[in-house]
Formats: sequence, structure tokens, C-alpha cells
Amino acid sequence: MTAALEAQALGRKYGRRWALRECTIDIPAGHVVGLVGPNGAGKTTLLKLAGGQLEPSTGGIVVLGGRPGDTPEQLAKVGFVAQDTPVYARLTVADHLRLGARLNPRWDGALARERVARLGLVPGQRAGRLSGGQRAQLALTLGLAKRPELLILDEPVASLDPLARREFLQGLTEAAAAHGLSVVLSSHLVSDLERVCDYLIVLVDSRVRLAGEVEPLLAAHRRLTGPRRDPGGHVVSVRHTERESTYVVRADDARIHDPGWTVSQLSLEDLVLAYMDQRTEADGPVALEVWR
Amino acid sequence: MIWLTWRQFRGSATMMAAVLVVITAALALTGPKLASDYAAGIAACTPDNTCLDFFDRFFGEYDALFLALTMVVLILPALAGLFWGAPLITRELEAGTHLLVWNQSISRGRWLAVKLGLMGLSAMAAACLCGLVVTWWSAPLDKSAVPEMAQMAPVVFGARGIAPMGYAAFAFVLGVTVGMLVRRTLPAMALTLAAFVAIQIAMPLLVRPHLMPPVAGTFELGRENVDGFGAPKGGSLQVFLRTSAVPGHAGAWVLSSELVDKTGRVISSGDGGPGPSTTVARGVPVSTTTGPCSPQGAMAGGCTAEINRLGFRQRATYHPLERFWPFQWIETGIYALLTLGLTGFCFRWIRRRVS
Repeated sequence: MTAALEAQALGRKYGRRWALRECTIDIPAGHVVGLVGPNGAGKTTLLKLAGGQLEPSTGGIVVLGGRPGDTPEQLAKVGFVAQDTPVYARLTVADHLRLGARLNPRWDGALARERVARLGLVPGQRAGRLSGGQRAQLALTLGLAKRPELLILDEPVASLDPLARREFLQGLTEAAAAHGLSVVLSSHLVSDLERVCDYLIVLVDSRVRLAGEVEPLLAAHRRLTGPRRDPGGHVVSVRHTERESTYVVRADDARIHDPGWTVSQLSLEDLVLAYMDQRTEADGPVALEVWR
Repeated sequence: MIWLTWRQFRGSATMMAAVLVVITAALALTGPKLASDYAAGIAACTPDNTCLDFFDRFFGEYDALFLALTMVVLILPALAGLFWGAPLITRELEAGTHLLVWNQSISRGRWLAVKLGLMGLSAMAAACLCGLVVTWWSAPLDKSAVPEMAQMAPVVFGARGIAPMGYAAFAFVLGVTVGMLVRRTLPAMALTLAAFVAIQIAMPLLVRPHLMPPVAGTFELGRENVDGFGAPKGGSLQVFLRTSAVPGHAGAWVLSSELVDKTGRVISSGDGGPGPSTTVARGVPVSTTTGPCSPQGAMAGGCTAEINRLGFRQRATYHPLERFWPFQWIETGIYALLTLGLTGFCFRWIRRRVS
């Protein structure tokens, strides 16, 4: 099976500033991939590179076995729902479906109509009058009915309220499962991704800090709490208070059996925050390697 | 893609079509009467040789409308550049919808090709129709217009024939190009307007005179190239030489007009006394107190003959009216080339740089 997305030393510069650098990842097909990182970490850049909206400055990227870009074949394989889910404000919902049907050879009209009906979108309504959630759903419908093999969504839920977020992500998961498509979605909130993702990429400061399937990643990390002393091994992050210190470490380290530590499991959010935590750089060695 | 382009374009296209229909209908209804008035006037004036007076009267009657229509044809291409060209890309970029439409299964090149093709051809068709209808309607007026408003005159030339079509195509693609580079609608519109106006001014001033080598000629002075005399106290006779007309070539576009004496020397001096507009005052050493150019003699109309007898002539370079259509084709061709160049640039730029 070809990888959904493969990047080799991928980098992109805007002027003199690197928005993304030395990005090497290999995402197998069939996953729902969460791309997390603080604002400005390079998430959008990576997704635009994957969608062919941007050209890499260095390195290479292969999406579904092809160079992302401008050929109709490649465009047909990759769906892209951009940040803030742009739609044409002056076109109606029905116009958007027609747009999709006209511009995509693999368009699934039945799926689009069914989704629009189920979501309660009025076909005659102008897209500019839709609420944020409805607009996002319309953009997602366009992305899904195009019948891509890979669907890329850039912060699709950022402007939605919690309820609309849940509905949107639920719809996305169902559709991904139903059509067997790979999904990459970005967010700066882990809680958005926790429920839907089975693969995780953490991007901080224009570099990939962590990439891998969620469950093995969770199994491989532990939080150690105890007196302040170096636990050795791969320390991901450290926090000190006056009485005790908290370390996040790789769990295959034997030291976690040391009775001096209180060992606990990490949630996905804890794990991501540990990797996003900038303080580690000042306080101790950082595990910067990429997990597979 | 054609459907999408039409869906997004039909509002403004319909509006433009409606305006054109109204203008065309109005001109189609009034045109025949204008032509018959002109024919009747010519028939009446030819026997008693008063056609210059008829022209003045006839043109004066319609000059406001004539100017307004000329302006409409001149402005139309700029509108296409401003409101169709400039926002083509910027509006997508500002709304983020380029990320929507360029991620359908259709390349950006194709998207641009259809947009440019459909909208560009519409702009060209509108300008061409408007230009030709106005050319047809104002034909009697063009024939009777003062030299500064004749068909070859810089302002009028651009509002006649097929040149507006070339301007419209160019203005539209110029707008698209500027939009791509500037990426924001209002600055792009402002810049498009500024650039287009600059080019439209530079064209008749710097390029059009050289499209063909101008014709040079020396002419006797007469009513067609002299607009009266002046006799300042104690000075020499002032000849008010027209700068935009030569005798025998009605409607010619005069590039230079000067007074020369019988040795061919240019007379550049004059008292600078204010003469009629579009003339230059030139001093001629002829008595203004006695003889044919004295106030009494001038009444008899012998002054012009006297100056001609002394060997003074108008020396002019000009493009005769017969060059109107060759010039139209050449100029349209130049704008077509500019349009193609910008179009090529747009295609290259949209693939590489716009995202």
C-alpha cells in the first residue's frame, strides 16, 4: 500500500523565515491523522505543501504516490478543506454542489445531496448566510463528495462552537470509515483530535517533534513524579515545583520501576503538551527524535 | 468550469449587456435622423459653398452628446480592467476561495484559461460593439467636426473603430496581472486604473505618430489653416496659424504645423498675442496700416492673398484620414500583442507564485 503522505527533509521558506524545516514523515494510508502544534508552527504550510498549494523550498513530498500539485489526476485524489472553510458567499448551497459536480470527475452527487439534506442545509440558501458550522459542513461535503483518497483539513473546527465541533468531527469520522479514506486534519487543540485521530504528528517551531500511531505512542510514554533528580534516559519534558518534579519519559526505560517515582499514564493531551513544552530545551536534554 | 465562470460572472455581464442594449437602441433610433439631417445640410450648403458654416452649426448642435459617447467608449475598457480584471484573482485570495476552487479536480491553468477566455471575450465583444455603434452613429459628426475632434484626433481615434476592442482585452488582462501581483482588490484596482490611463496617454503621444512615417507638405494659407489675423499696435501682422488642420486633407491628424517664409525658414517669432485656441500667432513683416492687411484692406479679404504672394506658407507633417483604418488595425494589433504577453505571464505566475 502506498503511503498517504511521505516527506523527505521537506522545508519551506517565506522570504528568510523557515515555516517548516527538515520535515521527514511517512504516514501510511488509512489513518485519521491529527496534526497538532501551536499557532504558527507550520501546520498550514505542511498541509498546503501536501495539497500542492505551495512548492517546497527544499526536500521532497509525495502524496498518494504522486507529486502534489497541479495535474487534474492528483487533484482528484486529494481533497482539501482550507482554514476557515472558505465558500463562495454569493453562491447557494446547491450552486456549490453543482460546482463540485462540474469540476470533479469522481463526484458523488448522491452522497452530497444526502449529506446536505441530513445536515439541514437549505439548497437555495446563499453560502454567505450560513453559520460557521454549516459553512464548515458544506466545505466538508464538497471535500467528501469529491471522493478523494486523502482528505486534508486545515483547522476545520477552529471557528465552531463545541457542539458543532463534535458534530463535524463525528461526521468526518463516519465518512472516513465509510469510504476508507485517509484523513489529515490539523488543530491547535488536542481535545479536538483526541476522539478522532489514530495517528499523531506534533509540530513545534516549524519542526516535527513527534509522529506516530496514537496507541503505541501512549503506551511508550510515562509521567514520573518525585523528588528532583535526573531520571536519565529520554526525557521529553520536565516541570519542577518546590517539593517535587514531574518528568515525561519514554517508558521503555527501566528506571520507571524505581520505587522512588510515582508512575502514571499519560493522556494524549498530556503527551502532546509534553512535546510542545518549550522549557525542556532550557532544563535538560530533549528527545527530538521522530517516533514511528 | 464554464458553468462556474458564467455563474459568477452573469450578474455583471447582464448589467453590461443591459447598458449596451440601451445605448445601442438609442443610437439605432437616432442615427438615421442624424444621417439624413447631415445629407440634407450638405445638399443645401454645397451650391453656395457654405459647408464650413454648416459643419460648425451641425457639430455645435450635437457636440455634448458626441463628447459623451466618445467618453463612454474610452472609459468602457478601463471599466473592464477595473471591475472584471483586477478582482478576478484578488477576490478569490481575499475570501480564501482560491483554496476551494483550486482544489477541485481542475488545474489552475485551466481555471485561469476559462476565466480569461470567457470574461476577456465578453469585454472585447462589449467594447467592439460599443465602438462600432458609436463609429456608425457619429459618422456625420466626425465628418463635420472641428479638426481637434476629427476621427484621427488622439482623443477620438481611441473611441472609434476596433481599437476599443484591443484596449478592452488589454485592460482586462492588465487588471488580472496587477491583481495577481498586488493580491488585494482596492490597491489592484487603483493601480490598474493608473497604469491603464498612463498607457492610454502615452500611446497617442509617443507611439501612434510613428506607426507610419507622417506625410510632409507645404500649403498655401487659406481659411482652412489660418484662423484670422491680429494687428497689435506698433507690431507686425500676426497670423493665427491653425496647429491641427491642413488644407485639402479634411480630418487629417496634424503632428506639426509651422509658418515658413519664401526661403523655407521657419518663422518662430510672434508677439504672443492671444489668438483663437488651437492656433499659434506668428509675426509677418507686412504693413498693418496700409495695403491689403490694413483694417480697411482686411475687410476686403485681400490679406491672405497678399501673404501668400509674399511666399509665406504652412509647412506641416500629418497623417491623412485615409490612414484611419490602417492605424486602427496596427494599434489593435499592438494591444493584442501586449495582451498576449501579459496572459502568458499570468499563466506562468499562477502556477508558481500564487497560493
